[in-house]
Amino acid sequence: MMTLFGIPTAALFGQLLLGLINGAFYAMLSLGLALIFGLLNIINFSHGAQYMMGAFVAWLGLTYLGANYWVALALAPVIVAAFGIVLERTMLSRLYKLDHLYGLLLTFGLALIIEGFFRQLYGISGMPYAVPKELAGGWNLGFMYLPIYRAWVVFASLVLCVGTWLLIEKTKLGAYLRAATENPALVQAFGINVPVMITLTYGFGVALAAFAGVLAAPIYSVNPLMGSNLIIVVFAVVVIGGMGSIMGSIVTGFMLGILEGLTKVVYPEAAGTVIFMVMVIVLLIKPAGLFGKGA
Amino acid sequence: MLKKALIGAVALTALTAAQAQAQYSENKIKIGVLTDLSGTYSDLAGKGAVLAAQMAVEDFGGKVNGVPVEIVSADHQNKADIASSIARKWYDAEGVDAIAELVTTAAAVAVREVSKEKGKIDLVSGAASTPLTNDKCSPTGFHWTYDTYALANGTANAVVKTGGKSWYFLTADYAFGHNLQAQTERVVKANGGEVKGAVKHPFPNSDFSSFLLQAQSSGAQIIGLANAGADTINAIKQAKEFGITQGGQSLAGLLVFITDVHSLGLETAQGMMLTTGYYWNRDDETRAWSKRWSAKMDGKMPSMVHAGTYSSVMHYLKALAAAKTDDGVKVADQMRALPIKDASGFAVNGKIRADGRMVHDMYLAQVKKPSESKGPWDYYNIVRTIPGDDAYQPLAESTCALVKK
Repeated sequence: MMTLFGIPTAALFGQLLLGLINGAFYAMLSLGLALIFGLLNIINFSHGAQYMMGAFVAWLGLTYLGANYWVALALAPVIVAAFGIVLERTMLSRLYKLDHLYGLLLTFGLALIIEGFFRQLYGISGMPYAVPKELAGGWNLGFMYLPIYRAWVVFASLVLCVGTWLLIEKTKLGAYLRAATENPALVQAFGINVPVMITLTYGFGVALAAFAGVLAAPIYSVNPLMGSNLIIVVFAVVVIGGMGSIMGSIVTGFMLGILEGLTKVVYPEAAGTVIFMVMVIVLLIKPAGLFGKGA
Repeated sequence: MLKKALIGAVALTALTAAQAQAQYSENKIKIGVLTDLSGTYSDLAGKGAVLAAQMAVEDFGGKVNGVPVEIVSADHQNKADIASSIARKWYDAEGVDAIAELVTTAAAVAVREVSKEKGKIDLVSGAASTPLTNDKCSPTGFHWTYDTYALANGTANAVVKTGGKSWYFLTADYAFGHNLQAQTERVVKANGGEVKGAVKHPFPNSDFSSFLLQAQSSGAQIIGLANAGADTINAIKQAKEFGITQGGQSLAGLLVFITDVHSLGLETAQGMMLTTGYYWNRDDETRAWSKRWSAKMDGKMPSMVHAGTYSSVMHYLKALAAAKTDDGVKVADQMRALPIKDASGFAVNGKIRADGRMVHDMYLAQVKKPSESKGPWDYYNIVRTIPGDDAYQPLAESTCALVKK
């Protein structure tokens, strides 16, 4: 058996593939965060709670309405985005002119309230959510058994990430959005409804989180703590990638997922901390992040 | 001035008058339930344990020798430093006499140190690890519900004897996980099995895919899950997803609670062997008590930690009444002397040893198939009753300083 760094290559490739899957979640979530920060200047700490809401809407839909996975995938982001838009209109919009810290504190408080609410209703052991029949089973790749569903997660998240990047960077709508955040007054003078754009952007970012939540429901336990376990890591990913950079967060998400996967084979006890170690190094060497525009 | 002197004199008289019969400090008994109210273990312990303690106080009559009993509770979030600072605050500033529940070994050990220092009683129900009755034992400390030694003796013994000879461990990377792995390895080797390896995962953890992959490539027949609560649930779910059992390997959940089985569903959990200190559906007594608990907990059924908390608090109240004082050492003596019996049906053939271990019958159970279950939460077939002396570590092997050799 060939070995690389003392680990059999078969095991290594298996772990890298798993890391890619985790990276897909990091990429999707950090994309939403980067979008909201880059275009709105809000540090959305309730992103993890919105991811969890997406998973719960999927579970509620299945349990009480018999709505299957595909329906949930389409509708949960819309429902949670609507909730996000209400939050933005009533509370967040008042904070745009203030320091970033206020937005962080408000969204953090909201996250605690939302998670506490769900925990009160559902406990933490998790609700069962089955993998949809069309995606059940797996392929035996020789070096590992790859569940089809996990391959689907990577595919869906790549499509979503690339699609969002194209939308923001290459379309007229994206151009308006970017302009509106750089100079809202001027853009508004041209007749473009800036507040509506901002609201829709927040809604889109929240929808991304909820979409990731529905993708996560069959594989991670649908429980109120699922977001808080992930969100700290996702923030580190966004910081490493560069707070405003969309491409940065996508690439960094996948890269760090792979790095974490490698660490789990070489020294599993450090798996929880390796991303933060990278964050510290990046902040010391290039504070704006790997892909970030200079401060 | 005169008024103050008068009030002072009356107060002094009242105090000294109370000295005559039972003396309880501040004329109040306070029992603190320190548990995980919001994290990984909050379903198997948490507010259900607080309710169990309250039920014990109510069933006892709310008073000990005329002195009212109060239950307070707090969330230690599974962290040792938070647990010990809450314990100190409770003992020093809030007049708490005893602390109960204490899930999570790290927190339990931290509070045990504080309680020992202050001569106060701790009634550990939720934590599992054996150091509590070995090098960390205390004259006022009790380990009530179960421990890793008994779990290994129950589950690992049964699994090895039915052919599961080679093992690989998935271990929660903290004191409890290490301890459970060590105890299980001992039983596996004693029965002629071999340990192929182990991997430590962060506590708590939600993604087990890479650890399961390593377990799969080890080729071991049995993947032992040395973790609990939400970690065990996630590991089992993801093992199903990765087709672990199709490859011929089986999972052995070394610490599984009925709340975990409920979350997994019988479809996934069926056939699993587990060791427990309590099953709500075992006999009429357990059923009656559990239904009372269930009425206030949205129809859920109690875990062994919930029943153990009720039992330990009830026994403590009885000891308080007999000792006529809340002095930790004297009450502990009474606890060891009095027979253990209460309405929950917990602690069958229970007795407390010098090392603080409450030895009682344990049960080897197997999770029912969906077709066998007659109703909600009807999940276990009790395969065998393991008498306490067979289940727990022999007293002669304990490294506790209180055990006379």
